Amino acid sequence: MQRSSLDLWVGFFVVAGMAALVFLAFKVANLGAAFSSGGTYQVLARFDNIGGLKVRAPVKSAGVVVGRVEAIKLDTTTFEAQVTMNIDTRYGFPKDTFASVLTSGLLGEQYVGLDAGGDNVKLKDGDRLIKTQSAVVLEKLISQFLFSRAADGTDSKK
Amino acid sequence: MVNAIWRIGYAARFFAVTLAYSGTSFRRFGLTIREMYFTGVQSLVIILVSGLFVGMVLGLQGYDTLQRYGSSEALGVLVSLSLVRELGPVVAGLLFASRAGSAITAEIGLMKATEQLSAMEMMAVNPIARVVAPRFWAGVISMPLLAALFSGMGIFGGYLVGVELIGVDEGAFWSQMQAAVDWRHDVLNGVIKSFVFGVAVTLIAVFEGYDAMPTAEGVSGATTRTVVTSSLAILGLDFVLTAFMFRGVG
Repeated sequence: MQRSSLDLWVGFFVVAGMAALVFLAFKVANLGAAFSSGGTYQVLARFDNIGGLKVRAPVKSAGVVVGRVEAIKLDTTTFEAQVTMNIDTRYGFPKDTFASVLTSGLLGEQYVGLDAGGDNVKLKDGDRLIKTQSAVVLEKLISQFLFSRAADGTDSKK
Repeated sequence: MVNAIWRIGYAARFFAVTLAYSGTSFRRFGLTIREMYFTGVQSLVIILVSGLFVGMVLGLQGYDTLQRYGSSEALGVLVSLSLVRELGPVVAGLLFASRAGSAITAEIGLMKATEQLSAMEMMAVNPIARVVAPRFWAGVISMPLLAALFSGMGIFGGYLVGVELIGVDEGAFWSQMQAAVDWRHDVLNGVIKSFVFGVAVTLIAVFEGYDAMPTAEGVSGATTRTVVTSSLAILGLDFVLTAFMFRGVG
């Protein structure tokens, strides 16, 4: 069997196709960053209301992405949302870290924000964050505002 | 109606026989390489040029809409997600069907019309193993590569228009894209789609050629049917696959 110019073209085609796949994987989908992070540890947090938080949403601390939301389910004993998060082992957090569901921008996606506490003991795998703050539900906020306005109105008439 | 069902059954049996006689196309891989030159390499130009222009149009149209909401930095996300998830596999599949599928059908149909296939059988050479299977596998291998090239070229086109021409911030273009596109959920699903389309288009092409009436009219009719049927198959399969892959999870 001899090498022909046809083989060269097919080889060129296959290499170009593979290069396109690698480009899609590393430059577009940033697969490299997914590998570079080492292990993760899991922490739980219970929220009264998570709003529009979704699985795989980022977990941020001071604006830096430190992990991802792994699972969301409803705890049927307390009727709270139980959010499981995977946090990069490079980032240790104090045990009394404060977790809140926040929104990036006015209409952006929702994420979990972590505010480090002052405890000397670090969070371990499987720990639960005690102090949490729920997502702000716009309807509740508006109705609270309206009710307070209405209350103010009756007060001033007196 | 009965005839249509009859043909579907025949096509299914033909598919099974092609798979069963696929050994030759891998033992004598030169045969498959030769067909990859005709299906894959010769489709490169049309795929690359169309990819570039589709990406450039996406860049222009996407920018026009996004800047109204003050989020023109999301242009990279729009261009890359629409290409990787949908346009890459689907448009590359449609182009592949009309560029390579029709050629396969015409070639096999003409081989049948000029009784080359019967001559092979006379020489105890199985025409499915020697003619059909290498073309089938060449198409199946080429299609995901072509779709990836189409997507890559389209993202480059979107980059050219968005960043170089209009002046969207380059860092935001790439970083938002990298944050939004997921390797498994978006890229791998696109590759799976293009693989499925490759199987569908090439199977339709070889079957229509093999089943063509051995006349000039029959071959031309079979070629037309290849393009029409495989285009419809791509669009129909795309809906089914999308429904499975992107059901609001994540």
